[in-house]
Amino acid sequence: MKPAPFDYVAPGSLEEVLATLATYGYDAKLLAGGQSLIPMMNFRLAQPSVLVDLNEVTELNWVRRRNGGVSLGAMVRQRQLERDPVVAEVAPLVHDTMPYVAHPQIRNRGTLGGSLAHADPAAELPVVMVALEAQLRLRRAQGERWVAAEAFFEGLFTTVLAPDEMVVEVVVPVLPPRTGYGFLEVARRHGDFAQAGVTAVLTLDENDVCRKARIVYLNLGEVPMIARKAADLLVGEKVTDSLIAEVADVGAREEIEPTGDIHATADYKRHLAGVLTRRVLKLALAKATSSQ
Amino acid sequence: MTKNVRISVTVNGEQYEREVEPRLLLSDFLRHELGLTGTHVGCEHGVCGACTILFDGQPVRSCLTLAVQANGHEIMTVEGLTEDRERLHPLQEAFWEAHGLQCGFCTPGFLMTLLPFLEENPQPTEAEIREAISGNLCRCTGYQHIVDAVKLAAEKLARQQV
Ligand SMILES: Cc1cc2nc3c(=O)[nH]c(=O)nc-3n(C[C@H](O)[C@H](O)[C@H](O)COP(=O)(O)OP(=O)(O)OC[C@H]3O[C@@H](n4cnc5c(N)ncnc54)[C@H](O)[C@@H]3O)c2cc1C
Ligand code: FES
Ligand code: FES
Repeated sequence: MKPAPFDYVAPGSLEEVLATLATYGYDAKLLAGGQSLIPMMNFRLAQPSVLVDLNEVTELNWVRRRNGGVSLGAMVRQRQLERDPVVAEVAPLVHDTMPYVAHPQIRNRGTLGGSLAHADPAAELPVVMVALEAQLRLRRAQGERWVAAEAFFEGLFTTVLAPDEMVVEVVVPVLPPRTGYGFLEVARRHGDFAQAGVTAVLTLDENDVCRKARIVYLNLGEVPMIARKAADLLVGEKVTDSLIAEVADVGAREEIEPTGDIHATADYKRHLAGVLTRRVLKLALAKATSSQ
Repeated sequence: MTKNVRISVTVNGEQYEREVEPRLLLSDFLRHELGLTGTHVGCEHGVCGACTILFDGQPVRSCLTLAVQANGHEIMTVEGLTEDRERLHPLQEAFWEAHGLQCGFCTPGFLMTLLPFLEENPQPTEAEIREAISGNLCRCTGYQHIVDAVKLAAEKLARQQV
C-alpha cells in the first residue's frame, strides 16, 4: 500500500514539463490532483520511474471567457469548476454536475485535465465535455493539436494522448439560445462512482421544435457513449412525453454496452439508462422552454 | 536509487525542514517523521477520509498527497485545533458532548473536514451537513450522532462569535 520508488520533478513552467516528457516518454507520468494516480501507485498498479508534478505550474490554471464560452486550464481543480461564477454562467451543465464528482476533499485536489486524461468510463467530466462538444488542446514539445472531446476517448482508461503529450486546455463552447440541459446518475452513496448516468443537451427553435439534441451515457460502455440514433429521433420534432419514452427506449436498448458487476447486472443498468434518459430529457426540455 | 528531496513545510504553524524520499506519503510524513499521530490512516486510497488534513486551508486526503508536494505549503492537522490540551476546540467539545465518536478512529478526519465547512457555512442544514461528511466513513458511531455534533458545534461557534 505504498508507492514503488520513483524520481520526482516539480517543474515551474509548461515548457519544462514538455521537455521532461520528451526526454522520458513512457517512463514518466504526470501528477495532477493525484486522486486517481496516487491510489494506483499505492496499489502498485502504476509504477512510473519519473513523476512530473504539475501542481507548481501555475500557468496551467485559468478560467477565461472565450467567444461566449469558457476556456479552462488543465490544472483547474474540480472544486473550482464547482464554484467559479464564470463556469456557472456559461457552462452551467459543468457547474451542476460537479457535486456528483467524488467528495469535496477529493475535488479540492482533483483536476479537470486529470479526470479527462484518466478516462474512467464512470467519470462525469468526460461525459459532460462530450455532450457539450468541448475541444481539447493537446501539447507536446514539438507542437500542439486540437481534438474534439468525443474523439479524445479511445477505450477503457485510454485516450489519444501520446506518451509525451498532455492536455493543456479545454474550451467549452457557448450554448445556443433556447438550450436546456441536465445530468442525472444513480450511485450507491452520494459521491461514489455511479452505476449509470446520462446527460442531455437540447436546443429548441421559437416554435418549440427540437433543433439539436445530444444524449451521452456514463458508465454504460468503455467510453462516454453518444446516443446518436436516439437523439436524432428528437430533431425536427416537438418533444412530447411519448417521443421522450421512445427516445429513452432506443437509447437504453441500442446505444449502450453495459457490463454487469457485483452491485448491478447489465440488465439493471439498461433499466437505469431508460429511466434516467426519460427524466433527464424532461429536465432539459423544461430548461429549454423556460430559457430565452 | 531515487533522489531524496529537501522540503520545508509549515505544520500547525511550525516550520519543519526534512529530507524525504519522493514516494513518502504526506500521511506517513506527518505520523512517522513528525510524530503527529492524530492523523489516522485507514484505506490509503482516498475512500475513508480518516487521513483528511488541511492543505493551505482546504481539506484534502493526506494519503493521496506526497510529502514532497507539501514543500512550501501550510498543513494543519487535528493537533492544530487547540494549543491548550486541557481546553478543546468547540468542534471537539461538540463531538464529545453529542456522542459523535466511539472508538475515535475516524474523528480527526471528520474534524478537519468540518472545520473549514463550518467557517464557510456557519448555519448548515442537515442535508448540507450530510453532504459535507459524505467523504468520511465511520464504522462504529452511526452518522446520526455525528450530524447532531455538527449542529451543536455550529451553535457553540455562533455563541463564541458574539
Ligand atoms: C474516493 C474517490 C472517489 C472518486 N469518485 C469519483 C467520481 O465519483 N467521479 C469522478 O469522475 N471521479 C472520481 N474520483 C476521481 C477523481 O475525480 C480524480 O481527481 C480524477 O479522476 C483524476 O484527476 P486528478 O487531477 O486527480 O489526476 P491524477 O490522479 O493526478 O492523474 C490521473 C491520470 O491522468 C494523467 N494526467 C493528469 N493530468 C494530465 C494532463 N493535463 N494531461 C495528460 N495527462 C494527465 C496522469 O498522468 C494520470 O495518468 C474519485 C477519486 C477518489 C479517490
Ligand atoms: S487513509 Fe486516506 S482516505 Fe482512507
Ligand atoms: S468512531 Fe469508530 S470509526 Fe468512527
